[in-house]
This record gives sequence, C-alpha cells and structure tokens, in this order.
Amino acid sequence: MNEIITLAHGSGGETTHRLLSEEIAVLYASEAQWDDAAVLAAHERIAVTTDSFVVSPLEFPGGDIGKLAATGTINDLVVRGARPAYMTVGLIIEEGLPLSVLRTVLRSLRSTCDEAGAAVVAGDTKVVERGSGDGLFINTTGIGVISAAEPPGAGRVAPQDQVIVSGYLGDHGVAILAAREDLPLQTPIESDCAPLHDLAHCMLQAGGEGVHAMRDPTRGGLAAVLNEIAEYAGVGMNVDAQAIPVRPQVMATSEILGLDPLHLANEGKLVAFCSSQSAPKVLQAARRHPLGRHSTIIGEVTPGPETRVTVRTSLGTTRVLSMPAGELLPRIC
Amino acid sequence: MCLAVPGRVVSLEGASGVVDVAGVAVQVRMDFVPDVTEGQYVLVHAGFAVTSVDEQEASDTLRLLQEAGRGGQGTAGGT
Amino acid sequence: MDKVLREEPEAHGGPLGCRRAANLMEVCGTHSHAIAQYGIKQLLPQGVRLISGPGCPVCVTPVEIIDLALAIARLPQTTVTTFGDMVRVPGTDSTLSREKALGRDVRIVYSPMAAVETAVEEPDRQVVFIAVGFETTAPMVAACILEAERLGLSNFSIIAAHKIIPPAMRALLQSGEVRIDGFLCPGHVATVIGLTPFARIASEFGLPCVVSGFEPEDIIAGLRGLLRQIDDAEGRGENAYQRCVKDKGNPRALATTDQVFEATDANWRGLGQIPLSGLRLRWAYSRFDAERRFDVELPTPREHPGCSCGSVLRGLVQPAECPLFGAACTPTTPVGPCMVSSEGACAAAYRYEQ
Repeated sequence: MNEIITLAHGSGGETTHRLLSEEIAVLYASEAQWDDAAVLAAHERIAVTTDSFVVSPLEFPGGDIGKLAATGTINDLVVRGARPAYMTVGLIIEEGLPLSVLRTVLRSLRSTCDEAGAAVVAGDTKVVERGSGDGLFINTTGIGVISAAEPPGAGRVAPQDQVIVSGYLGDHGVAILAAREDLPLQTPIESDCAPLHDLAHCMLQAGGEGVHAMRDPTRGGLAAVLNEIAEYAGVGMNVDAQAIPVRPQVMATSEILGLDPLHLANEGKLVAFCSSQSAPKVLQAARRHPLGRHSTIIGEVTPGPETRVTVRTSLGTTRVLSMPAGELLPRIC
Repeated sequence: MCLAVPGRVVSLEGASGVVDVAGVAVQVRMDFVPDVTEGQYVLVHAGFAVTSVDEQEASDTLRLLQEAGRGGQGTAGGT
Repeated sequence: MDKVLREEPEAHGGPLGCRRAANLMEVCGTHSHAIAQYGIKQLLPQGVRLISGPGCPVCVTPVEIIDLALAIARLPQTTVTTFGDMVRVPGTDSTLSREKALGRDVRIVYSPMAAVETAVEEPDRQVVFIAVGFETTAPMVAACILEAERLGLSNFSIIAAHKIIPPAMRALLQSGEVRIDGFLCPGHVATVIGLTPFARIASEFGLPCVVSGFEPEDIIAGLRGLLRQIDDAEGRGENAYQRCVKDKGNPRALATTDQVFEATDANWRGLGQIPLSGLRLRWAYSRFDAERRFDVELPTPREHPGCSCGSVLRGLVQPAECPLFGAACTPTTPVGPCMVSSEGACAAAYRYEQ
C-alpha cells in the first residue's frame, strides 16, 4: 500500500514519534540534540533569515520544494556575505501527501544543506486536514556567520556602481509555469534552483569591499530587486535591455503568456552591485564559476534623488522598469 | 489587443497540433488553418492558429527571439 | 534594430519624419503596450502625437458585464473561467479576484477551449466563460460553442461580450471630439477581418489607415506608412503586416464567427452605445448564453466618480492627465480598467513611462 501522511502523524503521539525518528530524522546530522531547542556556539556576528515555501507543484523540472527551501534560505544568507551555518525546518503537511514525496523532498533539502555546509538543527512538523494546504508548506530560518567588517548591503550601493547578473533570467519562473497542468505548453527549461554560497564567495574574494550589495532575484524577478535597491539606497539605475541574458524559450513563454521575463522568479542567480573598479574582477571570477558562466554587466547605478530604474531598449529609446504589481496573470488580450 | 506569436507546426493530429515557438511546444487548435502542413508557420492566439504566416518573414521574427539568448552576451530583445 | 535606424537610415527609410503636425491613434491594447514598452513615442517627429483609443477589450467592457460575472460566480456549483486580465477589473461592488479569495470558483485560462474541457471534466458544475475580446478572439470562442454543441454539453455557457473595432473607429471619427489624422490599425484583428474594413474607413473619411504588426520594427513600419500618406495628403488603407495579413483576412475564421454570432448594438465603457459594434449569440446558439441561462439580480451599475477611463478611451485625456493617475489609481490599487488591464493605456503609461 502506498503510504500517505494522515492527521495521526501530526497528533504528537506514537505515530508522530515514528514519523520523526524514521523519516524527518534524515534532515539532522547524527550529533543532533533531541531537545526542545538546539544550543549552538555563539559567534561574533550572525545573519538570520526566514522564509516560507509554498510552491506548487511540489516537484518540478530542476528540483522540488525541499531543494528550493534549502537554496532559498542559503542564498538569502549568502548575499549578505554570510557563511550558511544552521537551519531550522518547519513542515506543514497536508494529510494525504504520499510518504514517498515527503522522503524525496527531505532528502533534497538535506543534500542541498550539506552542499552548502549548513546543518539543520531544529524543526517542527504539523499535519493539517485535506484542503488546508497545497500538499506541503515549508518554513525555514537560516543562520549564517559574518566575518567581514562591513557585509554587503543595500545601503552601500552608490552611483556608478556596475550591476552584474550571474546568468540567464526567468528559468525558474518558466519551469514552474510550464509544470502547471492547466497551461498547454511545454519547454525543456529547468529551474535554475542552486545554492550560491561558493559563487558568492568567489565574487566577494575577487571584489572585496568593492562588492557593495548582492541580492537573489526570486519572487518579482530582476525588476523587484532593482527597484527595491534603488528605493532603499536613494539611487536610480539604468540597464541595457540587450545586455540582459534571457533564454529564447523564456522569451517565447513570456510572449505567449503576456508576461515580463524581468518579473519572473530565479532561484539560482545573483545580482551584484559593484564599484566600477572592482566590477571587472568580480565579473571574471563569476564567469569562471560553473554557476556564473553567463555573468554579465547589465547596467549601472545613477545618482538620486530620482529612484527610477530605466531600460535602454533595442531601439535606443528609454523606458521605465517598474516594480511588478500584483499576481502574475497570464494575459491573452 | 491580441497577444499572438508565430511558430512552426511540428505535428498535426486531428483538429490540433503542436507548434514550436522558439523552443516552446504549444498545443494549438488548427480549426482556422485547415490546409496547414508540418513545417509551415502559423500565428498562435489563445490556443488557436489564427492564420498561416509567410515562412521567410516568420523565421526572421523568430530569429530575433533566438538572438535574445545567444551565449553569455544574450539579450532580452526589447524587454 | 537601433543600428538599422541609425547607421543605415537610407536602407530603411530613415528616422520617422513628417512635414505636418498630426494626431495618430492606435486602437489596439497590444499596440499600446508595445509602444510604451519600446518607448516608440520618443521616435516620433515634432508635432506628431500618438494617442491610445478604445483598443483594450477589457477596458471597454462595461461594468454590467463584470457585475453579471460576479453574480454568476456567487451561484453554487458554478465555475467562472476567464482570461487573466479580467480578474482584477472592478465591478460595482467587487472583483473576480476578490470573489476567488472568498471561496468562489474563478479560474484563469489561456484558451477558451480550456473552459470547454473543464465542463467536460466536471459535469456537476456549470462552467461559464467570460468572452471578451475583439475579432481576433471571437472565432476561437465560436469554435468552442460549436465544440460544446457537438459534445452535447448542458453545463457550458458564455457571457457574450465580444466587440468589433471598425464601428468604434467610425464613432470616434463621427464625434469629432478628437482630431484624428490617421489610424494605426490592429494587426491581429486584421489577420481575421482583412484589410478591407480599414480601407473602407480610410476612403469614407479620407484618412490613412495602416495595418501594423507588433514587433517594434512592425510598429515603426506602420507609423512610417501613416506619416508618408499624411505628407502626401493621401487617405487609403495600407497593409504593413503582409506576412500575417491578407486583404481578405481569414475567411474560415470569419465564417465560424458568423455561424455562431451576429452583430448587435453594444455598450462601450466611455463611448456609450455604438450600433452593431458587438457580437451576440445567434438564436440557434442562445442556449449557450449565460445571461439567459442564469437568473441573477444585478446591482445598479456604478463606476468610481473621478475615474477618467471613458475619456482616456476616447483619446480625449492622456493617462497622466487623470487626477487619480499615480495617486489613488495605480496598478496595485486600480480604480478603473485602464489601469488594471496590462493593455490599458494607463497601465502602460504607469509601468513604462511614469
């Protein structure tokens, strides 16, 4: 019989205990403390991030919600120049979820953490009634260690900084869209979901203090990142449409569905804002890395107080790239 | 008022077919292009082919989309 | 493309030029969007203005249609299917998006055929499709009605809200409210209806009507055609989208539309009633008309006071001139459909021009 998760698994008794010790345990290293809270060695400065993952479908080309949860959390730490160290994993499971899916997801999560050197040290598991969740929701907290005196951050972005993206944009967004049952299209595009601790490290080594800020363009895509940074730092930005790398299939899917590829989510890309002096070195370091081969400079930061992000089009004209608004709706007309 | 993209007919089956738009395979109804053959280009709107497209011109347009993703210096077309 | 325009101007006609001042109007939401996205207005010569007309089908759909969709969504065992743009358009007291959040079954589809498939897969539910769009989309919906008939479906119906664009173009010219010296005509509508209806408007009113595609090069070619005709004081129909548009359009698509729909007087948001400008289901297919099938009470239709969508749609007011633009009315907090629809003039202006 194909085993599924039932409400009994969430009730806190024997069935829960078995689930934890036989299945959830795969997340934890053998030295895991089985107490209500994990006690960890203190560090100079820590970075903390929290995230929730609600992707549907749970498994998609290039990954699954477990891999996504780990990479999303790791990458949030990594863009602040933190070394990922610890993670917590909260699971909200909808009853009826096949155990086989849970196993796959947990293993993905664990192996991605291992890749980045992060240990899962605490977690929680709940089961909710059918209809109350999309199969599985995952919440995480990530803790990283900061060693740099001044970590990269939006506040350090300054006029004349160069904007570097680490590769093709929109792959994850399109992979998820194409995996939806209700759209009549198929592409070979896979999610770019990947932990970026090593790529970020290489870029920071190469650029040092010159790397002013980094972000991972997830929900809302490049457009959201550029607008958020512009607003926070009180600067403007100008990017060249023809410099932004987008795969033909991503362009085509965007055209078909009436979406802007610059609004689509990425789960394995970095946007870095570097001083004009450090940018060439950072770019070179990124391109040498397997996850950054297609890195390119797409534009630069302009002085405030206008915090507009503008795009030079292929016609040589200028248009604004605004903050994405609302839910992504495939439009037709 | 109408998003439509050109693509190449890859296969036909009954009233439907698959159209390749720069590497994306779209399921398309062929009700309005009954004489279309595999290899021809059509314009796709809302899941239907609305007209056939002159091949030379269509492939020029598709090449613009293709060029959007060439190598590390790929472009985003006009977006 | 910029290389072509700048380094080889002689080969491609050079930058856009015109000896006279001119007001050009586009009547296609997809043109509005592409023009804003590529900053094409920046290429226009001095004295030439390009204004948006009533080319966004979502924008010209009257409030009553939205209210009907909302009322139907609130019925038990009923599924409302729609194109994405409609979902956030304000009705009198709610939106489809809000109703979905409250638990009604509202589903976005890419193709109307998906609505028919849903009806087949869920025979216990009434499936209603909101049929908006111009002549490009009407044939698809007609094909779906024929498919529903072939399958003997009793749980599929449409809210018939299609409109046809040439009567609106005529109404604008006849009203004389805005000076129009030429129309950039919708290329994908023309793939269905051909060049002829636009050529007729051109000769009746003596102004150029150029059918144009949607790539930036296509739009520039269309504008070039318009400006050349204006310079030469010509007024005829011209096809600048020959790879997709034939003079006679697509007779099969037209025939399918004609089999299922007939012209009727229709209410356009902002333009009022225009004779024979809409499509209604023919008597033989009237059982697929959701308005007949469902007995629902509708509120007195009300639009937001201060919303200038009507004037924007007639080309009287530019988006930035609306007092609500960018303040009370933004893409995240839209007041009127011109801001909600990604093809609305206000949404295009806000997103790409600001």
